[in-house]
Amino acid sequence: MKVAVCVKQIPDPASDYSLDPATHNLVRPAEQVLDDTDRYGVEMALQIAEQHEGSVTLVSMGPSGNLQGIRQALAMGADKAVLVDDEELKGSDSLTTAKVLAAAIAREEYDLVIAGTESTDGYSGIVPQQVAALLGIPSLTYATQVDTDGSSVSIRRQTAAGYDEVSASTPVLVSVTAGVVEPRYPTFKGIMQAKQKPVDTVTAGDLGVEASPGQAIRSVQPAPAREAGEKVVDEGEAHLQVVAALEQAKVV
Amino acid sequence: MSHFTPEHHQFRRVVREFVEQEINPHVEEWEAAQMMPLHDVFGKMGELGFLGLEYEPEYGGGGADHFFTVVFAEEIGRADHGGIGMATGVQVDMATPSLAKFGTPEQKERFLAPALRGEMVTSIAVTEPDAGSDVAAIRTRAVRDGDEWVINGSKMYITNALQADWMCLLARTSEEGGYEGMSQIIVPTDVPGFEVSRKLDKLGMRASDTGLLTFTDMRVPVENTLGTEGMGFQQQMAQFVIERMWANYSSVGGAERAIRRTADYLRERQVFGKPLIKQQYIQFKLAELTAEVEALKQLNYATAASYQRGGDPTRLATISKWKAGKVTREVADWVLQFHGGIGYMEETWTARYLRDNRLISIGGGADEVMLQVLARMDGLA
Ligand SMILES: Cc1cc2nc3c(=O)[nH]c(=O)nc-3n(C[C@H](O)[C@H](O)[C@H](O)COP(=O)(O)OP(=O)(O)OC[C@H]3O[C@@H](n4cnc5c(N)ncnc54)[C@H](O)[C@@H]3O)c2cc1C
Ligand SMILES: Cc1cc2nc3c(=O)[nH]c(=O)nc-3n(C[C@H](O)[C@H](O)[C@H](O)COP(=O)(O)OP(=O)(O)OC[C@H]3O[C@@H](n4cnc5c(N)ncnc54)[C@H](O)[C@@H]3O)c2cc1C
Repeated sequence: MKVAVCVKQIPDPASDYSLDPATHNLVRPAEQVLDDTDRYGVEMALQIAEQHEGSVTLVSMGPSGNLQGIRQALAMGADKAVLVDDEELKGSDSLTTAKVLAAAIAREEYDLVIAGTESTDGYSGIVPQQVAALLGIPSLTYATQVDTDGSSVSIRRQTAAGYDEVSASTPVLVSVTAGVVEPRYPTFKGIMQAKQKPVDTVTAGDLGVEASPGQAIRSVQPAPAREAGEKVVDEGEAHLQVVAALEQAKVV
Repeated sequence: MSHFTPEHHQFRRVVREFVEQEINPHVEEWEAAQMMPLHDVFGKMGELGFLGLEYEPEYGGGGADHFFTVVFAEEIGRADHGGIGMATGVQVDMATPSLAKFGTPEQKERFLAPALRGEMVTSIAVTEPDAGSDVAAIRTRAVRDGDEWVINGSKMYITNALQADWMCLLARTSEEGGYEGMSQIIVPTDVPGFEVSRKLDKLGMRASDTGLLTFTDMRVPVENTLGTEGMGFQQQMAQFVIERMWANYSSVGGAERAIRRTADYLRERQVFGKPLIKQQYIQFKLAELTAEVEALKQLNYATAASYQRGGDPTRLATISKWKAGKVTREVADWVLQFHGGIGYMEETWTARYLRDNRLISIGGGADEVMLQVLARMDGLA
């Protein structure tokens, strides 16, 4: 089974960040990491490829930097990567991102496309569905469990009440939730092999996609500072005050 | 010039995460039990290729350059206790280097390969109740009987002793005395006559099991002798140098983290109406400690680079071992001091850090022994 996985390199969430004063886009350092949520997608893809004698291709859009995030996924075991790095795509909205990713995926042979549900930095949460629509394949979203016999895929889709069982025949896109599988650690050998694996860097033009970000950020306001909460001292009646506060906040 | 490639950085990230997820959550339990499940932990490390970094791929090693070991030791040194760093150090850089260097293919197949996979836990057995700093004073004796050594004696303060599947033993195999007539012998711990007489109760490194061993007519095949019979002392001295480098590297990881954690705490802690970090005395002391740790780190990198080029690292490794003991003791003392009362509490990491790091000036050759080695090498003695 040939699996394509959408993965995003993001700045290390543990390090400081800044916004470009002109474009308001995040300044992307050369050193980036694999988005944590995409580790689940990579692991899922590897497990499926191992069970069904397949291969795993990473597909990514963004500034390549020193490729550490991509190498991280290759070190886990993915076979190769296609990276769309194009200055013109800076600040792309989710639809443009989806067009680019879909065009990159369409050039590959694939039975299954895997994505995360929501990225850690942009988190619009709609890229996967858009990619599926653009490729003209069904999408199975919010998967907490994925099974496949090689020609069809069934998942448990997380819902507020529990889960739905949905399935579709390949080719299909699946977006996986964090925790769907336990991502493996890259092994020492995996890390060393990753540097030999092919990474194909292309531009929007190479894919025949028009490079227009689709959105411009006009201004950015800092989030208001959190205000101190209200302290409830328990003199026997505290539970009533807590319930009242929750009712006022319309959460109960 | 940087010694580190992007692959070293990737590897560092993986080890750091491994420590945070597979080690730190268990530290409290292991410390209380005075035991770590080494077969389990080493099994995981083995699968990831951590244990065989520099060893030959033929026996499951990674064929890596020495700076991967530097990264590994620094990161394990950042764990919430010193025990795992010491146990791992024994496995990769204290009990196995002689075997890798002098072992026959059969010996490596039987003992090295399973150690690198993490299936066999190992120990290094040199120190005796009456011979520590003066290794030439050891009395454990192996007498040949046909194809077997019959070994009598005892070994003291042996790390991983209660869990080891084999140990690299230093024993006298002839009557010459002094530095002559010793041999390194691989002892499987299931042979008759091997006994752990006592599990030792320690100030620090509490999760690491340390034993007093007694050998009574213990029988080991002569084919388990490593390298050249009679050259055991010389082989062990070379193995000690590698052992010290491990301790020096891991000290840096622990000390850097300790300073960072302390600065974070001092930014929050309000005393005399402002965060403690605003006190210039504290800033300068932390800067001084940072400078000391950085000096040790650069000394380590110089040692590692020389070793990597095939040079003899003895002199630099000796100097940095002495420095590592000094620096970590100083760091441990000051980070506890700046935490005040809470720093003295068992619930705060500073207490354990102080206890664990006190060992570095004693184990693997005391500070004074390092000075003795240096004085001799430089013609001062
Ligand atoms: C030069 C350049 C600079 C960029 N700078 C930024 C920036 O500062 N901040 C930012 O958030 N994004 C940046 N991007 C990436 C892009 O604009 C966003 O990824 C896009 O807006 C997707 O939205 P999202 O992250 O909300 O996707 P979501 O829908 O939340 O993501 C869900 C899943 O879709 C997949 N996916 C999403 N985006 C990508 C991608 N780019 N590549 C591969 N898979 C993906 C992943 O599997 C992810 O888990 C940049 C891109 C380029 C080319
Ligand atoms: C927790 C722990 C784990 C250990 N693990 C192992 C292990 O796995 N395998 C192993 O073989 N050994 C192990 N050891 C033993 C360790 O290597 C010895 O304790 C160390 O070498 C010191 O030897 P000693 O204890 O006999 O001290 P002694 O030799 O009695 O020395 C006592 C003190 O005298 C001073 N001194 C020594 N020589 C001189 C000198 N020339 N001039 C001036 N002062 C001097 C030093 O301050 C030294 O600390 C371990 C020890 C500990 C505490």
